[in-house]
Amino acid sequence: MSSVAEATIDRVGDGSAAPAPSYLDDGHSLRSWLTTHDHKRIAILYAISITVFFFIGGLAATLIRLELATPAGDLVSHDTYNKLFTAHGVIMVWLFLIPSIPSVFGNFLVPLMIGARDLAFPRLNLLSWYLYVLGGLIVLVALALGGVDTGWTFYAPYSTMFSNSWVAVTLVGVFVVGFSSILTGLNFIVTVHTLRAPGLGWFKLPLFVWAHYATSVILVLATPVLAITTLLVVAERLLQIGVFDPAHGGDPLLFQHLFWFYSHPAVYIMVLPAMGVVSEIVPCFARKRIFGYRFMAYAILGIASIGFLVWGHHMFVSGQSLAASLVFSLLSFLVAIPSAIKVFNWTATLYKGSIRFDAPMLYALGFIGLFTVGGLTGLFVASLALDVHLTDTYFVVAHFHYIMVGGSVMAFFGALHFWWPKATGRLYPEVWGRIAAVLIFVGFNLTFFPQFLLGMRGMPRRYHAYPAEFHQLHMASSAGAVVLALGYLLPLFYFSYSLRSACRAGANPFGALGIEWQTRSPPPTHNFDRTPVVPEHVYDYAPPGPRPTRAPAAGAKAS
Amino acid sequence: MSGIVDLASDAGLSWLGGASSVAPRYDLLFAAMVLLCGTVALGVLVAIVAFSIRYRAGAGRGDAAAGRRTRAIEIAWTVTPLVIFIGLFVWAAHDFVALYRPPADALPVYVVAKQWMWKLQHRNGRREINELHVPLGQPVRLLMTSQDAIHSFFVPAFRLKQDVVPGRYTGLWFTATKLGEFRLFCAEYCGTEHSQMLGRIVVLPPAEYARWLGSGSEQPSLAQYGFARFRALGCSGCHDPASTVHAPSLEGLLGRTVHLQDGRTLVADENYVRDSILVPGKDVVAGFAPVMPSFAGQVSEEDIQALVAYLRSTGAPAPGDPQGARR
Repeated sequence: MSSVAEATIDRVGDGSAAPAPSYLDDGHSLRSWLTTHDHKRIAILYAISITVFFFIGGLAATLIRLELATPAGDLVSHDTYNKLFTAHGVIMVWLFLIPSIPSVFGNFLVPLMIGARDLAFPRLNLLSWYLYVLGGLIVLVALALGGVDTGWTFYAPYSTMFSNSWVAVTLVGVFVVGFSSILTGLNFIVTVHTLRAPGLGWFKLPLFVWAHYATSVILVLATPVLAITTLLVVAERLLQIGVFDPAHGGDPLLFQHLFWFYSHPAVYIMVLPAMGVVSEIVPCFARKRIFGYRFMAYAILGIASIGFLVWGHHMFVSGQSLAASLVFSLLSFLVAIPSAIKVFNWTATLYKGSIRFDAPMLYALGFIGLFTVGGLTGLFVASLALDVHLTDTYFVVAHFHYIMVGGSVMAFFGALHFWWPKATGRLYPEVWGRIAAVLIFVGFNLTFFPQFLLGMRGMPRRYHAYPAEFHQLHMASSAGAVVLALGYLLPLFYFSYSLRSACRAGANPFGALGIEWQTRSPPPTHNFDRTPVVPEHVYDYAPPGPRPTRAPAAGAKAS
Repeated sequence: MSGIVDLASDAGLSWLGGASSVAPRYDLLFAAMVLLCGTVALGVLVAIVAFSIRYRAGAGRGDAAAGRRTRAIEIAWTVTPLVIFIGLFVWAAHDFVALYRPPADALPVYVVAKQWMWKLQHRNGRREINELHVPLGQPVRLLMTSQDAIHSFFVPAFRLKQDVVPGRYTGLWFTATKLGEFRLFCAEYCGTEHSQMLGRIVVLPPAEYARWLGSGSEQPSLAQYGFARFRALGCSGCHDPASTVHAPSLEGLLGRTVHLQDGRTLVADENYVRDSILVPGKDVVAGFAPVMPSFAGQVSEEDIQALVAYLRSTGAPAPGDPQGARR
């Protein structure tokens, strides 16, 4: 048990003997959970369901890495392998990454951070969870019936004409999950506009809220295009309506344009909330005001808007016109600038701070490192002449895993460790949190760095069997995946353990300044016993002063 | 170009095994990116580690007032990447545009991809499956289409890749600069045996290539075969200059500027010919009635490629014009 945990074993909570039960104790029946309108309970429902999907998607990844440990395709058949990487992609993208931070932490924290009682539309919030579960179940049904083999990108005309698998069922699942995204996004937008506490102006908002606002705009604008695209694929597949298949008068590139018009912004749906998380954690543990707050907020908006205009960089060798490729390449370079600004600003935030390395901070620093590598390798594939060689190789696989797993999943775990005490009222064993952070960071690099080298040497992606010259690097990657898997399993145990342990968290174990820390841990159903105080500056951390872990009461610094 | 090639080989990049005229340029840009991005990544890493040690809690070096005035710094690290990025974009775009400009004397090879094999045909009619023989030092231009799903023609040693799309032609040109055999992969996922859709490029000395090309059973050249199809399918019934039907002459069509009924103008390329055979109503030539029936379902992809080869043999301008589709 670390000093942080010891210092904050505080059975009195924030001392204001509040009569209202916490949101966790406000009804214990299954019914009380399944019919709840409380954003915090819905966040917990999401947390449980996406964890299930994370481990199903992870199981598929495990089998993929096992198969690739040897060059021959000797563990599973060609078709099974193809279904495994499709299941991995579909589940991880739509059923884990996209809802991960927004639907769990956004749901839980956005109202708390702006001093609201709930989201603007609590019933819609519950509906979005049911839609998510329904869509997820449909995808699982498709998997149980025999799976899909198109890859998560569903490229036509393979998906519409040539695949003998459960394409339509899976796409219906994706379609339904999409509506869950749209409703969540809509809810966040309205909430941030209308439910901010008095005095909480836009440029007093935590960057976490900014990031979720921008993410929500993308969700609402881009997801309908995905819905249209999935319906068109299903229509072409079932009714032979010629949209994408040239044999029926369609255009296969049209599919790619529509698909990436959603799926590229979707990358920012996955990474912007992660950036929001890191922007909360870094100043708190550096005890330092975030560097360049306004630039950070503008960078979020910049990424969200330019991110809509870069989709064609997935299509440099697809046959799209030279002019289109030139424009998309230039815009892809431009979208990297706000990302670079963010990395520089997080780093500068550490300058003259008073840095502690608790588990959340380790995850946040891990995020910065891995996101930097992911972003910089993005420049390689944005470079037209380089992309000709690198696209559809393991270089791309490594690149987007650095962003989406090294970035988003790392930040998801950072958020889990940072707000776990707030959500559950319990402290997890700090040492184990740090061990898991290091294991995940090391395991991740061992798994995915070799894949850059594979891609450089020309190893194509989605290959069940591969030439022998790639064996060593694939072996290294599979070995690293073992470490990574251990790192991911570990938190499952110590978090479960912490729920039963007696280590209660105070209202504010990390001495953070966000409004969400002004209420009890776990918060009451109505969120705040007293009207929260809007701080002058949400990141007004000060390096010297008393050890922040000993901050005795809620909102000590703010009030 | 040779300057850049020399520069790249001077930079010691030949160990990367590039085997085309494109490869040294690619390797040079790649190496430059590794240097640049590596420096940035290392800089960020060093800064984080140094700050983490120097400003760790308890070191007592914290200063809340530091880093409050940020505007100048922010502008500096916004503008600096902007300038560098535009430079990188221009460099990479310059190399990329060259891929769209096949030399006029490039040897044409016609490629049809299907689940899960590559079928290739040379100008003299010689066919290959999953193997492509090319001469050293001579530009080769592939004209490719797919019979089913999307495939992608990927030769890592050449640093080149081009998707092969059903319903249209895409092009790819290269000059092999090294003798030997090089792997050909399908890089776009295309179904069950995607990972078995492999082939090789065999680069031969020109003389040996000529011998190889001439060997094998005697067969009509692709253009001759195309001419036979031109007659058998009835194309010549209308398009022959002697025909009484009012149809545009196809002699020397490829590369010619064509004025269309609806006022558009285009330069006739292989895709135009292909579309005109399969979807004749799409681009009707000005001054002609849209009376041509579609030949969709009656001609195979190989037939269409042969017809293209025949039309090209009727005295077209060289295929190297900038408007010609690479893709």
